[in-house]
Amino acid sequence: MEELKKEIVLPEGDIGDEQQYLTFIMSGEEYGVDILAVQEIRGWEEPTLIPNAPSYIRGVINLRGTIVPIMDLRLRFGLDEADYTATTVVIILKFDSDNGERVMGIVVDAVSDVYTIADEDTRRPPELTEDDNSDFIKGLVNVNEKMVILLDVEELLMLRMGMAATPYSIDED
Amino acid sequence: MSVDLSQFHQVFFEESFEGLDVMESELLDMDPADVDDETVNNIFRAAHSIKGGAGTFGFMPVSEFTHVLETLLDEIRSGKRSMEPRYVDLFLQSVDCLRGMLSDMQDGNDPETERPAELRKEFEVILGMEQESAASENTDADSDEKDHGWLIDVHPHTDLLMTGNEPFRMFRELRELVGEDSFDVTADIDNVPELSSLTPEECIINWQIKVTTSVPLEDIKAIFEWVEDECDLTYSPLTGDADTTADNSTIPDQKAPEEQEQQSQETPEVVAEKAPVIAEAQKAAKPAKAPKKAAESSSIRVSIDKVDSLINMVGELVITQSMLGQLGQDFDLSRLAKLQEGLSQLEQNTRELQESVMKIRMMPISFAFSRFPRLVRDLGGQLGKKVILETIGEQTELDKTVMEKINDPLVHLVRNSMDHGLETTEKRIAAGKSEEGTITLNAYHQGGNIVIEVADDGAGLNEDRILSKAIEKGLVPENNNLTPEEIHNLIFLPGFSTAEAVSDISGRGVGMDVVRRNIQALNGSIEVKSQRNVGSTFIIRLPLTLAILDGQLVKVCEETYIFPLVSIVESIQIHRSSLNHVTGSQYVMQLRDEYIPIVRLDQIFGLRDDKDVVDEMMLVVVEGDNEKIGIVVDDLLGQQQVVIKSLEQNYQKVSGISGATILGDGTVALIIDISSIGKNIVPVKRNQNRSERAA
Repeated sequence: MEELKKEIVLPEGDIGDEQQYLTFIMSGEEYGVDILAVQEIRGWEEPTLIPNAPSYIRGVINLRGTIVPIMDLRLRFGLDEADYTATTVVIILKFDSDNGERVMGIVVDAVSDVYTIADEDTRRPPELTEDDNSDFIKGLVNVNEKMVILLDVEELLMLRMGMAATPYSIDED
Repeated sequence: MSVDLSQFHQVFFEESFEGLDVMESELLDMDPADVDDETVNNIFRAAHSIKGGAGTFGFMPVSEFTHVLETLLDEIRSGKRSMEPRYVDLFLQSVDCLRGMLSDMQDGNDPETERPAELRKEFEVILGMEQESAASENTDADSDEKDHGWLIDVHPHTDLLMTGNEPFRMFRELRELVGEDSFDVTADIDNVPELSSLTPEECIINWQIKVTTSVPLEDIKAIFEWVEDECDLTYSPLTGDADTTADNSTIPDQKAPEEQEQQSQETPEVVAEKAPVIAEAQKAAKPAKAPKKAAESSSIRVSIDKVDSLINMVGELVITQSMLGQLGQDFDLSRLAKLQEGLSQLEQNTRELQESVMKIRMMPISFAFSRFPRLVRDLGGQLGKKVILETIGEQTELDKTVMEKINDPLVHLVRNSMDHGLETTEKRIAAGKSEEGTITLNAYHQGGNIVIEVADDGAGLNEDRILSKAIEKGLVPENNNLTPEEIHNLIFLPGFSTAEAVSDISGRGVGMDVVRRNIQALNGSIEVKSQRNVGSTFIIRLPLTLAILDGQLVKVCEETYIFPLVSIVESIQIHRSSLNHVTGSQYVMQLRDEYIPIVRLDQIFGLRDDKDVVDEMMLVVVEGDNEKIGIVVDDLLGQQQVVIKSLEQNYQKVSGISGATILGDGTVALIIDISSIGKNIVPVKRNQNRSERAA
């Protein structure tokens, strides 16, 4: 989709295709997700545990009658764990999969800002062989001399599916 | 004219299936010796609407096939021919065949052609024989392959167009039927007046169509069937070189006698050959249909009463809502009573609304029972047993989804009862019973469940044989003190099948354990009661709906879980010392005269360490997949109905968990999957979540 849009943009035009990103802070870094994938932002509430789930799946909550799993993005990315505070928020993300809409919440430190970012300004992430989390990264962009990491929502929410085959092999370390 | 007809296809299919059901039940009720005109008319009407619909939507194989069926029915209806048992069989086979064709087309596949062609030939043979015996009749079903074609004169009445018929559509259809090369239309425009005096709604052109084809006249006539009354149609055979004149209003079919002779000579052979072929085709067709596409969008018919009551309730809800809204705008404590009153009204509205919405999915069980008369009739014939089917409580309602899923187990049970349960006629007479066996299907509500009983008055279960078989298969130890009831229930064990020979009807490896598993998958249970020489009764208990479950809430650590109430056998308080360790981590416990494995929910769900366990604990004994398991929980909370929500929609399947629900306080609680608990769940050493959260 992204690439398709890029091709449509006329090379001489000075206005490129733009998208809005919601950004949030985790461990001092700023991450962004496509704002169209954001359903809502909620405060942290204690979820119901799912037995034998990976540690980054904190459990499920009731979102107006829908059972929504909550993922701690810090743990998903292998960052240090943080206590949940008043500014800890849960961003409810959604995307259309083959089996209908999937909804999931991600726990982040705090929501930061909304930026309009031109596609042509995004840089491809460097090839990170050391880290499997690089799959989630759609691109990097500079906003006000600060780097923002743009995340691929679908990849983020779907990657769990690959894990479904071995749901109980949890790395404890 | 470019209306997209495909939007009506679903309706057509549904109506056609209903029509087929009508035909089937009328045929089964019919006594060939004493045929009621109304019955034949009903069958005819059903067939006619299917034909008409199929023709309109261009499902030619169906409409062509229905046409021959209808021709025979028409002759019976008009008294030209009397009903014979073999016709009934043929009609029933046709109903099956049509059903197959329609469901193929519904799935977007091409319908099979072999079977209809065979049946059609049979019809044509019957119709052909009729022609010979009543040769004076005007030839109708003349299918002549040597004919060179037909000259068709179409003289439409002037109001043809006003009745909504379009001659060109018919011509186009005819052209498709015979092929473009052998189709020739000449328009006679002599009657067309000056443009100034032309009335555009009137059809004033006559046509002469010349078709050179071997297509039977009947098929050609079928195209014009809808306009028979609005047109003067004449069909004249087209011989090799002669140009027959157009005013030939009757059909001087000189060839007919010879052909019919030829045909009737062939007849016995054709019939003799056909029978085994059909039997094979039937067998071949059945397994092929099994992997049917399940993703079709289905719809249900809801009685207008149910919808009306729903609308009423929504009206009340809106009133309550506006009342509460008004109350909220300027609220002070003096109006607290009013608020409470409003809230309780809201609660009542919600509950009523929930009940009515659930009722929409409810359908009388007669939908499931209706296929059994046919099954029993066919099977009785195959087995050479005389069987009477009785159905009781057909108006008992249950959820549509449950009904769809209960069908196969029911069919299996009825087949089983007929094959193994009922004795042969000789044995019955010898046992002093009536010649006919009776199978009774009974449905009724009991509590929040529906109970379906499949009973036969046959020989009953043979306890000795079951027991020896079970011992032989190693399912039970040799020295056991099983009660007769326990022995009866052995037949539900996997790998148990008493069928001495694998027959076509039952005992092809799909045993009662599959029936039981299917029923358990619906949160139901099955048991059998049997008495020697009196008969056996299979009793199925099912929840009325799949969306709601009667649950027992339990507490383990800080978490609340829900056990399906139907699987709970008992709950007892135990001391830790009564648990015995076997093979490392597996605990068992002696409960009266049996040892049951113990599953500790806190352990397999990784909720706490072994050392944290208290001494007194609560044991919930559940039965799932034929065996009892004791599940250790911390505390029993209340019982309540819970609405089942999918965990897989946004997450994935979790072993040991069948779903989730939302409790009164808005939190999520997980529902335990009894049949998979204690199996294949490798507990994690310690759930990280828990430790973190404690920190």
